[in-house]
Amino acid sequence: MSSTAAHYLPVGTVYGTLLNFRAEVEALAPRMTQPPYKAAPKAPVLYVKTANTWSPHGSAITVPASVPEVEIGASIGMVIGAEGDVEGFVLMNDLSIPHASFFRPPVKFKCVDGFLGIGPALRDAQEVADPANFRVEVRINGALKQSIDFSQLVRPAQQLLADVGEFMTLAHGDVLLLGCDAGRPLARAGDRIEISSPGFETLTNTLVQETAA
Amino acid sequence: MKHARVIYEGREHTGIAHEFGGLPHAAVRLDDGRIVPQEQLTWLPPLAPTARPRTILALGLNYADHAKELEFKAPEEPLVFVKGQSTLIGHRQHTHRPTGVQFMHYECELAIVIGKTAKNVKRGDAYDFIGGYTVANDYAIRDYLENWYRPNLRVKNRDTCTPLGPWFVDAADVPDPMALALKTTVNGTVTQQGSTRDMIFDAPFLIEYFSGFMTLSPGDLILTGTPDGVVDCKPGDVVVTEIERIGTLVNTIAGT
Repeated sequence: MSSTAAHYLPVGTVYGTLLNFRAEVEALAPRMTQPPYKAAPKAPVLYVKTANTWSPHGSAITVPASVPEVEIGASIGMVIGAEGDVEGFVLMNDLSIPHASFFRPPVKFKCVDGFLGIGPALRDAQEVADPANFRVEVRINGALKQSIDFSQLVRPAQQLLADVGEFMTLAHGDVLLLGCDAGRPLARAGDRIEISSPGFETLTNTLVQETAA
Repeated sequence: MKHARVIYEGREHTGIAHEFGGLPHAAVRLDDGRIVPQEQLTWLPPLAPTARPRTILALGLNYADHAKELEFKAPEEPLVFVKGQSTLIGHRQHTHRPTGVQFMHYECELAIVIGKTAKNVKRGDAYDFIGGYTVANDYAIRDYLENWYRPNLRVKNRDTCTPLGPWFVDAADVPDPMALALKTTVNGTVTQQGSTRDMIFDAPFLIEYFSGFMTLSPGDLILTGTPDGVVDCKPGDVVVTEIERIGTLVNTIAGT
């Protein structure tokens, strides 16, 4: 494949969104009224994918030696334009160390070096009639593991932008992920992950084992 | 040396702290040699924005007394959250309080600025990776606290809610960052006092901890938490967060 030099990388802050797929909310619903949550969230639940997590298309992502498997979080990011509008869309692989609690910020599980695969190119927002039409597929070593239908968002793209804009300004170059659906596949060192969607260049990353320093 | 980043006569400058009217640090000597009193400058966060956004890590409940005040037991592991770069503002700027909220409070914090790339750093070497320090005021709007990834970004990542400055102070000028007095005044009345020696997780621990799973880069920030004594702040209040040797950060609350 081509070199990574020309591939898109964000210039702003990348924000992930939790609980923005209906199936993901349904899976957690029985626990939402229990401690420690006590209530369903009212506002979007966001987290930051720090710059150390950014892995360009085609790169190898290191799985820490202490972690047998990682969760694949296929998603699409909205890249913010100069006027606060959406400039483009990009495929992303929001990797996590699996964690059962969503009470505390997930920094240790989501901000590990390399844990955000970034699609090779932006898709111009002008080409996209409605983000609800997005369909994304996840393949591990060529086998289809997950199909994601973005008509199933709790907050559709424009509503998510508006609700986030109620409490913070997304700057030019920031990226806001639409969320990851339930049923996220697990993968391990040695696996090749492909995230594809019609109209997008496929995002590929391989997982490699951490070697002793 | 105390370094500033300011706007003067429409242009951005760097500069260093300078005596004025007999008071140390009352002015800035700009990069072009001019000496300008603090109040004539528009202050920016004392760190230049980075091409790849700076990582801003912030500690919750890192002083035992604050943890007690908030009716939590002291954490066994750092409670950390991440902030976006657009929450930062400089010295002498305004922070917005949304209409209708009941409890918005400052948090006076020692901010560690990473000086060189840090990965898997051992505690004993941690100070080698610190470039310097500044003062952060990490406002929280407690009305918006929800129990999902708490404290959530609606509480902690709002525009203008993280004043930073005035100075970036070189690490070499701070012999013991773990023994500095902290103080906050609201409209001149002391409301918060403490010492960085009372941190649960100190600077070397935090650098070892974070660099164990994420690479820290020059310019990255660690906001180290706040001691006891947070009070509600209303529009018009002047909030001064001060750390011995590091600086006195002035901020005014504005309504929206």
